[in-house]
Amino acid sequence: MLDIKIPIGLMFFVFGVILTIYGLITKNDAALYQKSFSHNVNLWMGVLMLVFGAVMLLLVRRKRS
Amino acid sequence: MEVQLHLVDYIIMVIYFVFVLGIGWFLRKYMKDAKQFLEAGRSLPAWVTGLAFISTNLGALEVMGMTGSGAKYGMLTTHFYWIGAIPAMVFLAIFMMRFYYGSKARSVPEFLKLRFDEKTRALNAILFAVMTIMASGISMYALALLMEKVLGWNFNISLWLSAAIVLAYTYLGGLSSAIYNEVLQFFIILIGLLPLVILALMEVGGWSGLKEGLAPIAAQKGFAPDTLTTTWKYTGAANANPMGVKWYGIFAGLGFVLSFGYWCTNFLIVQRAMAAESTTAARKTPLIGAIPKMFIPFLIIVPGIIALVLINNPGSGFSIMENGKPNYDLTIIMLLKHYLPAGVLGVGITALLASFMSGMAGNVSAFNTVWTYDIYQSYIRPTTNDAAADARHYLRVGRMATVFGVLVSIAAAYLAGLFGNIMDFLQTIFSMINAPLFAVIFLGMFWKRTTANGAFAGLLGGFLVALAHHGLTAPEGATTLVKGGWLGLIRTYPVEMAQNFWTAIYACASATLITVSLSLVTRRKKTDEELKGLVYSLTPRISEENIPWLKRTNTLALFVLIIFVILSVLFW
Repeated sequence: MLDIKIPIGLMFFVFGVILTIYGLITKNDAALYQKSFSHNVNLWMGVLMLVFGAVMLLLVRRKRS
Repeated sequence: MEVQLHLVDYIIMVIYFVFVLGIGWFLRKYMKDAKQFLEAGRSLPAWVTGLAFISTNLGALEVMGMTGSGAKYGMLTTHFYWIGAIPAMVFLAIFMMRFYYGSKARSVPEFLKLRFDEKTRALNAILFAVMTIMASGISMYALALLMEKVLGWNFNISLWLSAAIVLAYTYLGGLSSAIYNEVLQFFIILIGLLPLVILALMEVGGWSGLKEGLAPIAAQKGFAPDTLTTTWKYTGAANANPMGVKWYGIFAGLGFVLSFGYWCTNFLIVQRAMAAESTTAARKTPLIGAIPKMFIPFLIIVPGIIALVLINNPGSGFSIMENGKPNYDLTIIMLLKHYLPAGVLGVGITALLASFMSGMAGNVSAFNTVWTYDIYQSYIRPTTNDAAADARHYLRVGRMATVFGVLVSIAAAYLAGLFGNIMDFLQTIFSMINAPLFAVIFLGMFWKRTTANGAFAGLLGGFLVALAHHGLTAPEGATTLVKGGWLGLIRTYPVEMAQNFWTAIYACASATLITVSLSLVTRRKKTDEELKGLVYSLTPRISEENIPWLKRTNTLALFVLIIFVILSVLFW
């Protein structure tokens, strides 16, 4: 019917791209990251979501082949 | 108190909405008959139903409430996730699920009809339908209120918009769409709240720092310094822990009556497992759900406990005060605001919306099934000889019931706003139907002598006893009759939770007593042949001998129990 891993993988991949780019743009914005004690959480979580999304999509491909 | 959202946060939220609706849109073409729409065609793999099983329970009220409880009671709150869930989920998987699934019943009320009789089904179906819609309305009200207070969104717009999105995807794709979205929502809740826990723990100096920070707070409340970071250690006396309950109250009230009543009989939950592709997958559903369940406390309760440290440190700038009183429901969203910069903040807020939607879609998809099969098909328009036309007809009715259910939920949300106390009261009353229901279903499954009249009387009697107990007792310092004591006062409990535990214990005990004694004096009307597949002693045993032991359901159950014991000992 529908492999739920596809929408999950796609959504987190898109989130990952957005947060990674946003994290890179705001890299030097000290005021923004004051809340997270200067950790660039957007970059961390962006990369994490990219990896998570990619793993989901890879699982779908592996199952098909 | 307001949180400022940036463009990036809104972009993330909108993308989430697109995916949720997209799943419903994609699934719409598969919805050819009522079975697909209301039962997901009984075709889903165990990992999908297992995650949906947990996700539908992780509604907005649960996330807000449990983080708030973390800030009130500390680690004791984890009892709701460990002793108050795991034994019941394992019991459901090992002993009960094969009867639910194997009976071919399409709902819990229908199981009652197959095992007992029509009136027992009718009583349960009607109570369940009303309770489910109300619960969905109350959580919708809570969410819209939170969004209004904290994000400054218009109350009416967030109420109608969130309801419209849930309606759209459940209308299009039915139970399949609800379940698939619950899996998606599960991962968003997980990943959305993850940075919050990490940052909060970093700030207080990890677990040991948290313990140090909590010691003076516990001492100030008159408890031992490690009360807020332990679970069982100070339950020897009710006044030694902030929950005000003794160990046997937790064990019997929460660990047995309330949790078995909820996890083993609530159709909202059981429906997820019934949608699985096979008996084995259905039995594995609660066990697969149990694994994340055990770790969710670290995601939602631990941040609540950290909030307690922040509240007691005026320099932190963290506050959940509202009109001079702490409002614990605000804990989670205030934590998101406190720690997350724009970007991940959007994911965090989306996680809250996702939790709301998974809870509400669960309610709506359980309601439309009970309405269509147990009320409409049973009493309004029975099946005809034309099975194909029936399938289409009941699909249409199921879709209409979805629209109707959402509209009544919206009405319930407004009623909750107008008469908050009355809605609280009704919710308490309806929470009383689960404990007697467990007693009756349990006896029905494991004692073949149980009769239909015994079961019906037990269900009704247990409910009335619960009502009477609530009317005759009250928590200390109660100022409104909604909390109890509306019939007079014969006993006062130190806290409301203790009163709830005991209400459930009395309800379950009296339902058992009534059902057993009436079953002994009335005659069973169903033959042994009719009860095959519904009663333990009349059903062939399941043999797992030809399955490798690593893949057996029992092995998975053992694995879950081992983690449960390890966690309980670690946080003793």
